[in-house]
Amino acid sequence: MAELVGLTGNDAGAEALKDVNPDVVAVFPITPQTELMHKFSAYANDGVVETELIPVESEHSAQSACFGSAAAGARTATATSSQGLALMSEICYITASTRLPVVMPVVNRALSGPINIHCDHSDSMALRDAGWIQIFSENAQEVYDNTIQAFRIGEREDVLLPVMVCLDGFILSHTMEPVELLGPEAAQKFVGEYHPAFSLLDTDNPISIGPLHLTDYYFECKRQEVAAMENARHAVADVGREYGELTGRNYGIFEKYKLDDADVAIIALGSTCGTAKVAADQAREKGIKAGVLKLRMFRPFPGDEIAEIVNAVGTVAVMDRSISFGLRGGPLFNEVRSFVNGGCPQLVNYVYGLGGRDINATEIESIFAELVRIKKSGDTGELYRYIGLRE
Amino acid sequence: MASGMTEIRWHARGGQGAKTAAQLVAQVAMKEGKHSQGFPEYGPERMGAPIRGFTRISESPVRLHCPIEQPDVVVVLDQSLLGTDPITEGITDDTRFLVNSPDDPAEVRRKLGVQAAEVMCIDATKISIDEIGRPIPNTPMIGALVKVTGCVSLDAVKESIKKKFLKKFGDKVVQGNIRAVERAYEEVKSE
Repeated sequence: MAELVGLTGNDAGAEALKDVNPDVVAVFPITPQTELMHKFSAYANDGVVETELIPVESEHSAQSACFGSAAAGARTATATSSQGLALMSEICYITASTRLPVVMPVVNRALSGPINIHCDHSDSMALRDAGWIQIFSENAQEVYDNTIQAFRIGEREDVLLPVMVCLDGFILSHTMEPVELLGPEAAQKFVGEYHPAFSLLDTDNPISIGPLHLTDYYFECKRQEVAAMENARHAVADVGREYGELTGRNYGIFEKYKLDDADVAIIALGSTCGTAKVAADQAREKGIKAGVLKLRMFRPFPGDEIAEIVNAVGTVAVMDRSISFGLRGGPLFNEVRSFVNGGCPQLVNYVYGLGGRDINATEIESIFAELVRIKKSGDTGELYRYIGLRE
Repeated sequence: MASGMTEIRWHARGGQGAKTAAQLVAQVAMKEGKHSQGFPEYGPERMGAPIRGFTRISESPVRLHCPIEQPDVVVVLDQSLLGTDPITEGITDDTRFLVNSPDDPAEVRRKLGVQAAEVMCIDATKISIDEIGRPIPNTPMIGALVKVTGCVSLDAVKESIKKKFLKKFGDKVVQGNIRAVERAYEEVKSE
């Protein structure tokens, strides 16, 4: 095994970009992402990478620069958070519909208002229908690994979609943890050379980018995005498996933790899954057969596979670090619920951690205990719940 | 605290180097083949505002991603924080306090307002002024922490300081920090 180095989540994202050595990277700072691009910019400035760095004047420009660069056939990346993602959202839809495989670490941070710099998933959730693949990371190692895999996933010919690599702001971006690095040689061998089928600069095969699609073709264009997203399901699994063969760290569409014999389980995204695994272990010491479904791939959404697990366990809490006003419950809960109805499981939703409110293992353990009560009594009670909220 | 894990909570004011200390100790532990995690608690960036930092050192991978609530060791870099609630939050009878103070441990215990636990102190501010020329007590506090907990080795700390500070601050600062670490290691006082 290679030496473990101490890196923050931001460092890990920067190292992954450095090891991939993309052709073009657009850079704009925003808390808590700033250090990621700060570090990568230093690599570009020092000649460690050959990347053409484009310092832009806003995130709208960052995504626009990525669009142009990717349309020209260059392997392209940027990174952002929160308001930055919101500002570039207009172009994010266009990047996806133009089928440009831009890679973008999103350091998850609450959207204003009220203004807040801390973690929740409201920024990337707001773009869940933008046509981007979304992959969540539990720790700094996964930030590194997911960022490298994102290039392979997005660039696959039957996919050609942009990829967000989500990591929890501060909780991961500013926490130093041990990370094993592939290094540039192995990383570049893994991602391979990028030879896009279509490029604006390929003058022998001229193409149009961004034409007007009115009533004639817009619908068909969207249908093709749906097909690409379907293919992405396999791409995420295939690339994760291949990465596992290379590194010993296997990645799937989700990770099942102690679910095989579980009576109760929670489903969550991101860094909370690590804390939840500890909570499941603590609950098991007290005789509760608890498990965790860590969802790695949120877009495309593996609803059928999740439903199979939820229906088998029977009593499950879905943890949402974002909220959907007027829908009742968070987006993850409602998406899970839309797939499991036939199996009639007992399903409850916990909205937690908005604006960076901490969640600890004791709180998650209390959710497992509540699930046991629900299972025994048969009474699900309130479907939409909050944890860590003062009322 | 989980078994096989040491959880260290740092309390300081912005600008005293608690973030660097929390992460440096975690990095040193990694170099020694242990699993670890080091992170600060972020708020608005204000010099002098109370801040916390966290270090976990473990025999097995650290999966928790939340602040430390029941610390094994509380390190206080600024004695004006003594007596405030966050310092003693979640402490147990086994929690050990290491405080930057010129006072003796009995006096620090009185200011802390705790009955149980173990209290140790070191005048890290004086050491840092003497050896580094500036009142940045983080590195001497690491020296004292190493002495009282043995969580990492002194040599590895010195090596890490050299690596981390040499390019950024130069050899004079490195040597000052190393002397500060060594002095604090020798001078830390228990009850």
